[in-house]
Amino acid sequence: MSVIETSITWFYACNTTDVPTNGGVCVKLAEEQIALYYFARRNEWFATQNMCPHRQQMALSRGMTGTVKDEPKVACPFHKKTFSLLDGRCISDDAESSITVYPVKVIDDRVYIGIAKEFMEV
Amino acid sequence: MKVIVIGNGMVGYKFCEKLRSMADTGIELIVYGEEPRPAYDRVHLTSYLDGKTADDLLLADLQWYKDNNIILHTGDPVIRIDRHRKTVHTLDGKAETYDYLVMATGSAAFVPPVPGIDKKGVFVYRTIEDLDAIRAYAANAKSGIVIGGGLLGLEAAKALLDLQVPESFVVEFSSRLMPRQIDEQGSAILQNKLNALGINILTNRNSSEVLGENEVTGLAFTDGTSVNADIIIVSAGIKPRDELALQAGLTLGPRGGIIVNNQMQTSDPEIFAIGECALHNQMIYGLVAPGYDMAAVAAATILGEEKAFTGFDMSTKLKLIGVDVASFGDPFPLPHTCHSIVFEDRFTGVYKRLNITPDGTRLLGGILIGDAADYNMLLQTTKNSMPLPANPSELLTGAKKEGDANSAAVTGLPDDAIICSCESVSKGRICGAVTAGLETFDDVKKATKAGSCCGGCAPMVKDLITATMKAEGRYIRNVICEHFSYSRQEMLDLIKVKALRSFDEVIDTYGHGDGCEVCKPVVASILASLWNELILDKGNDTAQDSNDRYLANIQKGGTYSVVPRIPGGEITPEKLIVIGQVAVKYNLYTKITGGQRIDLFGAHLSDLPFIWEELIEAGFESGHAYGKALRTVKSCVGSTWCRFGLHDSVSFAIQIEERYRGLRAPHKIKSAVSGCIRECAEAQSKDFGIIATEKGWNLYVCGNGGSKPQHAKLLASDIDSETCIKYIDRFLMFYIKTADPLTRTATWLNKLDGGMDYLHNVVVNDSLGIAAELEAAMQLLVDHYKCEWKEVVESPELRKRFSHFINAPEERDPTVKFEKMRDQKRAAEWK
Repeated sequence: MSVIETSITWFYACNTTDVPTNGGVCVKLAEEQIALYYFARRNEWFATQNMCPHRQQMALSRGMTGTVKDEPKVACPFHKKTFSLLDGRCISDDAESSITVYPVKVIDDRVYIGIAKEFMEV
Repeated sequence: MKVIVIGNGMVGYKFCEKLRSMADTGIELIVYGEEPRPAYDRVHLTSYLDGKTADDLLLADLQWYKDNNIILHTGDPVIRIDRHRKTVHTLDGKAETYDYLVMATGSAAFVPPVPGIDKKGVFVYRTIEDLDAIRAYAANAKSGIVIGGGLLGLEAAKALLDLQVPESFVVEFSSRLMPRQIDEQGSAILQNKLNALGINILTNRNSSEVLGENEVTGLAFTDGTSVNADIIIVSAGIKPRDELALQAGLTLGPRGGIIVNNQMQTSDPEIFAIGECALHNQMIYGLVAPGYDMAAVAAATILGEEKAFTGFDMSTKLKLIGVDVASFGDPFPLPHTCHSIVFEDRFTGVYKRLNITPDGTRLLGGILIGDAADYNMLLQTTKNSMPLPANPSELLTGAKKEGDANSAAVTGLPDDAIICSCESVSKGRICGAVTAGLETFDDVKKATKAGSCCGGCAPMVKDLITATMKAEGRYIRNVICEHFSYSRQEMLDLIKVKALRSFDEVIDTYGHGDGCEVCKPVVASILASLWNELILDKGNDTAQDSNDRYLANIQKGGTYSVVPRIPGGEITPEKLIVIGQVAVKYNLYTKITGGQRIDLFGAHLSDLPFIWEELIEAGFESGHAYGKALRTVKSCVGSTWCRFGLHDSVSFAIQIEERYRGLRAPHKIKSAVSGCIRECAEAQSKDFGIIATEKGWNLYVCGNGGSKPQHAKLLASDIDSETCIKYIDRFLMFYIKTADPLTRTATWLNKLDGGMDYLHNVVVNDSLGIAAELEAAMQLLVDHYKCEWKEVVESPELRKRFSHFINAPEERDPTVKFEKMRDQKRAAEWK
């Protein structure tokens, strides 16, 4: 019997005050670039891949955050493709690829990004 | 169930899309394509020579096939069908069984059997590879010939123009161009237009021999004449690709084509044929729209649904080398079965022919050359047998009246009228989508697919949306987005009254939700236009468009460009040297802009504050090239040097630029000052432009360069400098106060009720009594100006925002790549 188990490793990214209110920053985790967003108006944190899949540009952390029908999203600064911060799908273009989203937690003003790793037990 | 598709052209692709959208589970779908890349847009093939890349033309990228669980083999044609074992064999040696087989093998160019046609320099015009070969060979060609004056032939002639072959000929066997679509009179008008573009048309010519030893040197005709040419493109028609079907023993037509029934089944009911390889009712359809229809029918039949292909209207509208050409319904019925109404204007090159029933009540078809704006409406009138006005010639001029007249006609259509023929979307479905709550063209396009292919029906779809909303009593408001139920003008007044200063205050007071990429920059721009405070303050930084947020223009690869202000285009040698030194130090690509400034490209985000620190030290300030703001005031050298100059245009340009620098508006603003009527500064193409006269200045407003050039209009003449500035204050503030978001002054004026007369009255005669208020509002902005880059450079807190990694601020983005070009660098090409 095999069991697939997902475990999340939490990486320290930065402090809460490092991130502009209602905006994003880019965090370097090992060789990965991850965009971290702070929705101050809702006191919510989100993280996604930094690369916009459209033209493969490292740009989403510099994008504008917002909502559509209450769903949080980010707009790429290059061509304004918008992506859901909940599930990573492209909202403005069904044909566009989705982006990876990561969980975020805040403990004592320190922000952590969770990277999932899959373990298989045989 | 397993379905194999042979051929990955436009129709083969459409079949996959239809099958997957109708039923997404349980059917294995495997596609074999001969060409090396996935299906691309062959209709717009010529745009490949006009700047589009092969990737731009793709109908869907490889990810789409993956996402839709379609196995695509490109560059691996099927070479044999074994109907007995229901197996296909490919060139690479693959073998695959099928339950249903769909042949979408398309067509090949028909090459007439003229002696010498196999010489080097003769090409067909069908695939991207054909175009690559033509482009390479045409580089040295002085003269080119296209054999065939049909639709595709004229596209090929456009290709010769795009490739800058100095001389080109189109050779047509019949007596006119596009013989299937237009008549002699229409052809004559079209020929005139093409001649004017440098394309020579030879009709009534039958090619007898391709001249030349090994390589083409010309083409001889049966009448004894000949034409010299280094390259020949054959575009004399298509022949269906039916060789595989022949080998498999399927029934073909006497002159080729795989015979299909109304369900697109061939003589083997488990094998379908669609697109240009299929012969339906003795007809090969060489257009994409009927091919799409066939794809939908084949998909439905395989899924056990009832759907039939019963022929297709061959009406077409296209832009041929910039000339509108349309043909609909029956373009040339027999004379005794109709009356024709003809309008011809040889001066502007417009020809229209409408064929109406002898009793004058119904439209049968027609031809439009040079102006096909009425095509959609006339086509629908024909298709739906709609009654004509008492005087049918009104149809030729009627739809010119915009707005109500047109939308009234649209609402008169029956619900089943097909508005988008590419995707077979009816009026009923479009109106239904609007009734269900959609309000924008983009949303309706996404929901119904109407307008997603050629886009020709977009104006009708928009009219239908407006008409449906009006009919349902829905208020068509020009609201900003879902977060604000106000127009920009209303927002500006509200924000001013309550003296709000931040995006958060504005959305808490007048909006709902959290904002988005549409409303945030609008509000940020209004705040800047009202108060002129630092745009990165009060949490407004994240409400700015990306370029404003980083005070620089983002470029390919994620680096930025830097444009210091050079008022009036005047700069000292010392300052020029500083720009050069900064560019060398930070490894920047330098280019002179169209607005008499210098643009420095390729700056890393983290270098921006350091670059600006040095520029500011040398006396430069922000050029606001990144903002919807005043850009430049261009000038000619004027009376200080020029022997024709009437006034000192440079000094006035500097004065104007320094007055309005940093002024944020609904869109960018450009200006210029010319020292005399020769107009070397091109002031009449600017949002406001000033030209010296003997007695003072002439002030022009609302000009535009860019994609829709428009000459500026004269607002006031022979005024002194002080009056000129007063009028510009009023004009700019009135524009800022009333324009919709992202509307340039030219578009704003075009939409302004009363137009230029009204604007003149407001600005010059103060008809609204707001002149003093407008001037005061402008003076407040002028008094509050500060160089925003100076403020950033001097603030450690703000400088922190200019790093790529928050947790490694000294590191640059490692993915940024440059390439070398002409002794400088350029951004590496993106995907």
